[in-house]
Amino acid sequence: MSDNGGSSAADTLVEVQHLTKRFAVKQGVFARGHAQVHAVEDVSFEVRRGETLGIVGESGCGKSTTARLILRLLELTGGTVRFDGHDISKLSQRRLRPLRREMQMIFQDPYASLNPRKTVGQIIGAPFAIHGVKGAKTRVQELLETVGLSPEHYNRYPHEFSGGQRQRIGVARALALSPKLIVCDEPVSALDVSIQAQVLNLLRSLQRDFNLTYVFITHDLSVLRQIADRIAVMYLGRLVEIGESEQIYDAPKHPYTAALLSAVPRAGTDPRERIMLGGDVPSPIAPPPACVFHPRCPRFHRGHCDVEAPELRELAPHQRAACHYPLERWPMSDAEVRQAEGARREDRPHLEGAAHEV
Amino acid sequence: MSTGLPEPTRERDDRLLLDVRGLTVRFPTPDGVVQAVSDVSFQLRRGETLGVVGESGSGKSVSNLAIMGLLNRARTVISGEVEFKGRDLLTLSTDALRTVRGKEIAMVFQDPFACLHPMYRVGAQIAEAVTAHEDVPRERAWARAVELLDHVGIPNATSRARDYPHQFSGGMRQRAMIAMALVHNPDILICDEPTTALDVTVQAQILELIESVKREFDIGVILVTHDLGVVAETANSVMVMYAGRVMEYGPANGIFSRPQHPYAWGLLDSMPSVERRLDALVPIEGSPPSLLTPPSGCPFHPRCPYRFEPCATERPPLEAPNADAHLDACWLPWDKKVQLGLQRAKKVAA
Repeated sequence: MSDNGGSSAADTLVEVQHLTKRFAVKQGVFARGHAQVHAVEDVSFEVRRGETLGIVGESGCGKSTTARLILRLLELTGGTVRFDGHDISKLSQRRLRPLRREMQMIFQDPYASLNPRKTVGQIIGAPFAIHGVKGAKTRVQELLETVGLSPEHYNRYPHEFSGGQRQRIGVARALALSPKLIVCDEPVSALDVSIQAQVLNLLRSLQRDFNLTYVFITHDLSVLRQIADRIAVMYLGRLVEIGESEQIYDAPKHPYTAALLSAVPRAGTDPRERIMLGGDVPSPIAPPPACVFHPRCPRFHRGHCDVEAPELRELAPHQRAACHYPLERWPMSDAEVRQAEGARREDRPHLEGAAHEV
Repeated sequence: MSTGLPEPTRERDDRLLLDVRGLTVRFPTPDGVVQAVSDVSFQLRRGETLGVVGESGSGKSVSNLAIMGLLNRARTVISGEVEFKGRDLLTLSTDALRTVRGKEIAMVFQDPFACLHPMYRVGAQIAEAVTAHEDVPRERAWARAVELLDHVGIPNATSRARDYPHQFSGGMRQRAMIAMALVHNPDILICDEPTTALDVTVQAQILELIESVKREFDIGVILVTHDLGVVAETANSVMVMYAGRVMEYGPANGIFSRPQHPYAWGLLDSMPSVERRLDALVPIEGSPPSLLTPPSGCPFHPRCPYRFEPCATERPPLEAPNADAHLDACWLPWDKKVQLGLQRAKKVAA
C-alpha cells in the first residue's frame, strides 16, 4: 500500500508496511486446541519527522501491540518496519541496539514503570549507563529541569513524587539519549484532569524544542485532539481510517470513527445526535469475516460488507478509510447514517432506536 | 439533557429522598488524622441525578461509602446527619443498616470484574441478592435474575444467566451489576465511577441504561465520577468537591454555563476538548494537598490564581452569593466573579 503522495522518504521517520502480529493461545481441555489472536492485521502507515501520529481505538484494537512492534519490543509475525531508512524487522538484537537509542517509550502507569528501589538519578541515568555515555549526572540534572522538576530531586525515590511528577520522570528518562522517536502509550490516562493538562503541555513544548516525533497511543479522543497532527483509527487489529487530525474530527469517513466521536461525553450544552453502537467488540480470536466492523455497523449492506473486505482507499487528500459505504458528510443524523442504499433495519435488530437526543 | 432540577420552591417535598447535613469523615492513622470529608451537605430527590465530581482524593467516594455505612466504624470517625426517609442512617444499628443497604439504597462500583465472584454463575449471584432480603424459593429468585438481566439489555438472558463472569464482556458485567442493584427496587442508586473501566462506545450504552432505569423506577441517582463530560451529559445537579469539601453545588446547567468557583474554572479549562485544538491547555498549577494537613482557610487557596487576603486564614462558607446564583464556597466578591467569568467565557469562545 503506497502512502500519501508527495512526501519523500527523507520526511519519513517510520514506515510500517503490512504489519501483522498474531499470538498463539491454547484452548480447550489440556490445551489441545490452538487458536490465534489476530492482534494486528495488515497495518500500513508512516510517521513523518517532527509530527505526532495518534493511534486511537478501544481496548483490544491492537494499538499498544502496534506501538511495541514499531519499537520491536515484540517480534513481527509479518510485514516490515523501517526506522530512519533501516529495516529493523529482522535485525539481530546486537545490530538493533545502536538504533534503540533513537527510539524511546513513555508508559501509561507512572507507578509501575519506575523502579521503587532506585533513585530518580539512577532511573534517568540508566540509559546513559546502558549505552556507556559519560557525564551522566550533569545531564540528568539538566533533564530534570527540562521536564519541570528540580535538580535537587536527583537523590529522591519515586514514592516521594505525585503521579504527575512521576510521569515527568518517565518523560525525562525517555529524553535522556536525545531520541528521534518517542512512543507514548496512554501517557496521561492515569492522571487527574488538571495534571493531565500539565503533562500534555510539557510534551507539546518538548516536541517544539527538540524536534521530536511522537507516536501517541490513547483511547481518549479529547486528549488526542490536543496533540496529534495525524490520526490512525484502529478496530479489531485493523487500520480503519487514517488522516489529518482536522479531517478525522471534522469529516470522519468511517462509520466507526463517527461512532467513536459521537460517543465522547462532552461538557458542551448543544444537543446532538449520537450514533450508538450496539453490542461489544468481537473476539480477536475469531474476527468477523470481510469487514470486521460489519456486525456493529449502522451502514451495513448485506451481501457486500459481510462478503468482501474493504480496502483502505483515499477518500479525500491524505485521508483514507476502509469502508464500502463511507460517510458523505459530518455531522450526520442517525437516520442519515443509516440511509445508505440497502441498509435494512430488520437485519440489525440491536440497532433499533439507537439514536438519541442528548 | 432532560429535565432540570425540581423547583427549589418548598412545597411539601415528598420527592426528597436523602438529606445529608454536615457529613464529616475522619480516619485516624499513625501519621495523623486524615480529614477525608469535611462538612458535606446535599439533597437528593426522586428523578434526580446528582453528579459528584472531583479529582482523586477529593472525598467523593468516601462520602458515599459513609452514607452506605460501608466504612469500618471502629476505625472511622463519622459525624453529621444522613436523613433517609425520616431515619438518620448514621445512627442506625448495623442490622438495621443492612436492610437499607442493598434493598433501599444500592450501589454500582467501578470495576465490575472485581465485584462479581469469578466462580459463581452470574444468574446465581443476582439470585443470591434476591434471597438476601426476601424469603423466596430458589426458582423464583432465579427467574427474577433472568428477568432483570433481560431488562438491562443482556441478549438471550435465559442462557446467559448460566454464564460465569469471565464469559461476559466489560459492558455486560456492568449491566449485570446494575441488574443486581435493581433487585429490590431501590430508592437510590449510587454509581461510583460506573463507566471509568469501560470503552467509550460501551460507556455511552451504560450511561443510557442508568438514565432509563432512573426514569422507569423513579429513583434518585448519585453519580460519582472524575469525568466532567459524563456529568454534563447525565446529571441534573452537580457537586464539585476538592480536598474533602464542597466547592460548588447547584443545577448542572448553572455549573456548566456559569461556573462560580475558581476551582471549577480550573477543572473546566484543563479539560481537553474533543471539539477543537487549543493553543495551550490551562492546567491548575501545583497538586492537590495532603488530607493529613489540609491548608487553612479555603483548601484551594494555595493553587488559586485569584487568592487574596481572607483566603488563607478564613474558611469561606458554602452560600449562594445572590438569588440568581448557585452555592459556592469562595471569598471573591460577586462582581469580581462575574468579571472573571466573562473574561473566561471570552477566552473559551475565542
